[in-house]
Amino acid sequence: MVRYFTRLRMRRIYKWGGRPYIFDRKLKSYGFEYLNMSVEGQEAVTTVTPGQYILIEGNDDEYPFVAKLLKFFGDESHKQKKALVQWFLRLSEVPQNKKLLLGRSPHPQEIFYYLGRACDNEINAESILGTVQHVPEDTPFPEPGTKDTLYVKLSWDTKAFNVLDPVLMQDTPASTPPKPALPLFPPCASPTATPVSRGPVRRALPTPDPTVMRRAGSVSDTRATMSAGKRSTLEAESIHSASKLSASKILSAKRRGSAADTPGVRKKLQLSPGKKMTRADVLCELLDEEMESEKVISLKLSSSVSHSLQHGCSLSPMRSGCKTPNGQRRFPWKLSSISLDRLSPTALGEQDLSRATTPSRRKESAMAIRKPALGVLAEEDSEDSPMQPIALTPRSKRKSAQLVSLRIRKQLNLLDNTQKLISDGDDDCFVPSKKDLQSSSDSEEETMVRKTRGRNGKASARTPCKTPSKKVCMVTPSTPRHATPSIPSRTVPARQPGNILEEARARLHVSSVPESLPCREQEFQDIYNFVESKVMDGTGGCMYISGVPGTGKTATIHEVIRCLQHASDMDEIPTFRFIEINGMKMTDPHQAYVQILQKLTDQKVTADHAAALLEKRFSNPAPKKETTVLLVDELDLLWTRKQNVMYNLFDWPTRRHARLVVLTIANTMDLPERIMINRVASRLGLTRMSFQPYSFKQLQQIITSRLNKVKAFEEDALQLVSRKVAALSGDARRCLDICRRATEICEHSTSHPSSAGLVRMNHVMEALDEMFSSSYITAIRCASLQEQLFLRAVIAEFRRLGLEEATFQQVFVQHRALSRVEGLQPISVSEGLAVCQRLGACRLLLLEASRLDMLQRVRLNVSQDDVLYALKAVRD
Amino acid sequence: MCTLSRQRKGSIHELVQMILRERFCHQRLPEKPVGMESQHKHLLELLRRTAVHGESNSVLIVGPRGSGKTMLLNCVLRELLEVKDVNKNVLPVHLNGLLQTDDRIALKEITRQLNLENVVGDKVFGSFAENLAFLLEALKKGDRSSSRPVLFILDEFDLFAHHKNQTLLYNLLDVSQSAQAPVAVIGLTCRLDVLELLEKRVKSRFSHRQIHLLSSLSFIQYLDNVRSQLSLPQDFPDTNFYDEWNDGIKTLCEDQSVVDVLQRHYNSSKDFRSLHLLLMLALSRVSASKPAIKPTDLLEASRVCMVDSKANILHGLSILELCLIIAMKHLNDIYEGEPFNFQMVHNEFKKFLQRKSHSIHNFDKPVVIKAFEHLQQLELIKSMDSSTAKIQKEYQLMKLLLDHSQIMEALQKYPQCPTDVKQWAMSAFG
Repeated sequence: MVRYFTRLRMRRIYKWGGRPYIFDRKLKSYGFEYLNMSVEGQEAVTTVTPGQYILIEGNDDEYPFVAKLLKFFGDESHKQKKALVQWFLRLSEVPQNKKLLLGRSPHPQEIFYYLGRACDNEINAESILGTVQHVPEDTPFPEPGTKDTLYVKLSWDTKAFNVLDPVLMQDTPASTPPKPALPLFPPCASPTATPVSRGPVRRALPTPDPTVMRRAGSVSDTRATMSAGKRSTLEAESIHSASKLSASKILSAKRRGSAADTPGVRKKLQLSPGKKMTRADVLCELLDEEMESEKVISLKLSSSVSHSLQHGCSLSPMRSGCKTPNGQRRFPWKLSSISLDRLSPTALGEQDLSRATTPSRRKESAMAIRKPALGVLAEEDSEDSPMQPIALTPRSKRKSAQLVSLRIRKQLNLLDNTQKLISDGDDDCFVPSKKDLQSSSDSEEETMVRKTRGRNGKASARTPCKTPSKKVCMVTPSTPRHATPSIPSRTVPARQPGNILEEARARLHVSSVPESLPCREQEFQDIYNFVESKVMDGTGGCMYISGVPGTGKTATIHEVIRCLQHASDMDEIPTFRFIEINGMKMTDPHQAYVQILQKLTDQKVTADHAAALLEKRFSNPAPKKETTVLLVDELDLLWTRKQNVMYNLFDWPTRRHARLVVLTIANTMDLPERIMINRVASRLGLTRMSFQPYSFKQLQQIITSRLNKVKAFEEDALQLVSRKVAALSGDARRCLDICRRATEICEHSTSHPSSAGLVRMNHVMEALDEMFSSSYITAIRCASLQEQLFLRAVIAEFRRLGLEEATFQQVFVQHRALSRVEGLQPISVSEGLAVCQRLGACRLLLLEASRLDMLQRVRLNVSQDDVLYALKAVRD
Repeated sequence: MCTLSRQRKGSIHELVQMILRERFCHQRLPEKPVGMESQHKHLLELLRRTAVHGESNSVLIVGPRGSGKTMLLNCVLRELLEVKDVNKNVLPVHLNGLLQTDDRIALKEITRQLNLENVVGDKVFGSFAENLAFLLEALKKGDRSSSRPVLFILDEFDLFAHHKNQTLLYNLLDVSQSAQAPVAVIGLTCRLDVLELLEKRVKSRFSHRQIHLLSSLSFIQYLDNVRSQLSLPQDFPDTNFYDEWNDGIKTLCEDQSVVDVLQRHYNSSKDFRSLHLLLMLALSRVSASKPAIKPTDLLEASRVCMVDSKANILHGLSILELCLIIAMKHLNDIYEGEPFNFQMVHNEFKKFLQRKSHSIHNFDKPVVIKAFEHLQQLELIKSMDSSTAKIQKEYQLMKLLLDHSQIMEALQKYPQCPTDVKQWAMSAFG
């Protein structure tokens, strides 16, 4: 990395050689014959001509990308230098699990002709490093050592190594005309696509019909006959590899961004994010499983000049068009196979149908749905990967986990407002302060791509990954049997926050879902790893999570599930079902069965029947069973005398065929020991976790991350709130509520709501006072004279008796004496009782039942000192 | 001529009574709540944000009985519903802890008031569990911007905290803290320690906003308030009578005896409900022949208000029963409040009879027992044993529920009380 860094600092100068020999009107591009390349400060000029084999800048300086140059072209302004290439692969770029297909140990200098089309064959000419020689296939391998010679013997089409067709290696510089970057998706299909329908629909999109895709693939694919399966393989590859082009492309984008960077800060140079390292890393870990080989491409990354961008756009809608009839994994399998049958004109056999329902295919579609978000993620990952802490647990090294932790870190690092800003910001952050080498038009495109990506990414990331409620709207809404639960909608839409304080208030509301949860990284990682491993192994398990209220237990688990859903959509882990029940949200512990069954199968049965059905479901093997992740919130409420509900919940995961992961939440750490009988506690196991109350720094961080650059608070004020709350409870909800109240106080303190400034110390103090100060003293001060007198009488009687308890009769004697001293008219017993009852209603006094009349015993609910203090202040 | 004027007068005094009664019986809300401007503003702002912005909130209004919690809330709701946008956009749900004594009833009531789809007519279908699931599902489906805000008004909030597991409170407060349909949970309670009643997890979900209604009203303000409460509104039809009445009220409030009475009331309790009771009694003495409130009316009303509730019962007792009570009083004096049984009382009574046999009949024991039981039924004495069945009546331990002063006062006022009995009562140690 370091060596490369220094090399990069030597600026290379690129110049077109000769005049443009061809002008493509459609693309507004000129073709060029050769490119002169020189290194600044050196005389030597290297000339690169089409047909030569070149090295292309990657993120691994040892092994730059290899390609054969087909053609140069540039745009009218001559600023943008592009080249069309034929890629060659090094062995390290081949997925780990495919390496074995080679059948022999590879030569270090060996490369493979790349037949796949996932990588864009158009590159930025300025990423060319130099030329290499290539040796045709029939020569034997020489001794290793000569570094500039590479050997091609085989071709690689993402599935298998083939003997290289000699025709391909012939020098045909101009033979491949600048076909506008091969459409990655059959053009015949694209007209059906409506690019408009992309964003919001995406989430609910069902599976594409594989047969349609396959047909389309075989029709349009002129270069290689690839089945849909292959296609997906190739797509998968590029999703991780970020495609060769994008590697260089992103690099240039970074350079472009450098202009915006502060020149003083010279950040660590992060070289082309895309390819080798990350990919090798990631793939090694990822591709252990067989399934992992099939993946969907992110076409976004293949963004070249305008066409490919266009194609990228046209892809997903087209799919969505085909997909709609299909139910995807939320529906029973039967359904999907039926619709498949209906849709496939080329009579597919049973086998095909079953194939169509293999997870890989499902995932492929799921991928397509998630793609934009994924694109962003992949990019972020590759950019950040070298910065990851080394001290990771082996499990957490898994890519999805890394992605997730990256996201969190990102959130903390830059509290940028939108995803788009984040991704742009990233570029800026990691770019060396170098001159802008990129032409303007390119950068425009780049931003366009980024924008779309960012937007989509956000859209899909925001949407919660909950399975939608399965209440089906029945035809007859009048009968309450099939009533749909809904609150009537409002006639006037809710007003949006107007000023900064309102905005801050909206953000500080507990209900506003933050993009990620700061301060719970470790817990998140642990839960994530636990659930992920269970889902991957197809086993079951229990976990017990404890912590005082408001420490983010439920929120963390939701976040974990969201990330896991994401990962499963990206095909990294098998799909799973997430079900949530809450002990507080049911009327009886046995209702837990009913709710679980209803969420699993949408059946409504009685508790006993539901228990039996669940028992059957979890103990019998079933084909294609996916893991169920069950979150049981407020576990202590599920306690029954025989504890059979808890017993079942913890027993099911231990069954061989259950594939059930149970996450339980409660407030007390020792709940298993305290309330569970041995056989239940033993089944729960020892996988426990406790959420500590937030420290003041964490609380502060939580508020800051929520406020997210909305400048509404003074720094000190925030610190005061978080310190105060941390000292009392460490409850994040409390913290947010106080801040919210402080904004209101601030708003009211100024006459004009628009002119309200920052929330200052005094506002926060007032809010804290309101929420934490006890009202007893004020209540005593505001009480009537007789009530105050009665309190004094109570204390006097207590002192006389030496006890903290007296009957009303005794106190009343004191009261009468005191009122004589005070010169007040003595009150009747009834009045005295009324006074006493009033104090009792406020709970300043604790009273026995009032039917005891004069004999009811009286106790103080406040300390005597407080009463005396309050009364003394009244007199003064 | 004369009858006509009387009719007119009669109608006028009826009108006056109607206007003032509405005020005193809390049938009409005051224009502006008095002495709670900041609380009013706070609550109004809060509910306005829920109604307009769809921001979920929870708040407790805490104050002693009769301090105007419901009045404040109703004023705010009235004001809120006057706003055009809000009018059709909020769904208020009124619950009372004394009516909805458990979650099952409360849920049915909520569902009925929200008029969800499982309600037909006035009947709510489904079991308790189904109702809960249905309501939660309905609230969950809603979102901030599109669904109507629901205002849950929980009167006697503290009683809801006694429901099993606090399920209802947990769920309502949980909705108010999560991105579901916007709700505002408004609790009204007189208990200052209401938060201690909430379970941890319920408490954590509550926003800890409390609006305290603790009146720090001075006596001057109290007097002003009395005046304004008794004054007629400006739009009164008969201006002559209006001036006359209001002048009369002004002089009334300056009368020293009236001020004394009011001061006494003010000392006893500051809340308006007891004041209204007093004024109501005074108002009821206004008639066509006496179209004004006089100081004597107020004094009389005060006397009625202040009267000891047991004095009347004591007046209705027979001499024998009174004698028994005096015997009990002496026993209390001798044994310093220790409980007594019938036998002891009877002995004491017999001693008195022996001394003063000429003045009072000798009663048989069964008659005395009967009188003793009557006193027990009147709850002037109370049995101290929990298990009454095992012990013979004569030996059950009892306690007197009367204060010395009450007994002496009753004796003073008792018509034709024998002097011996009076003397016996006043003498120390029988």
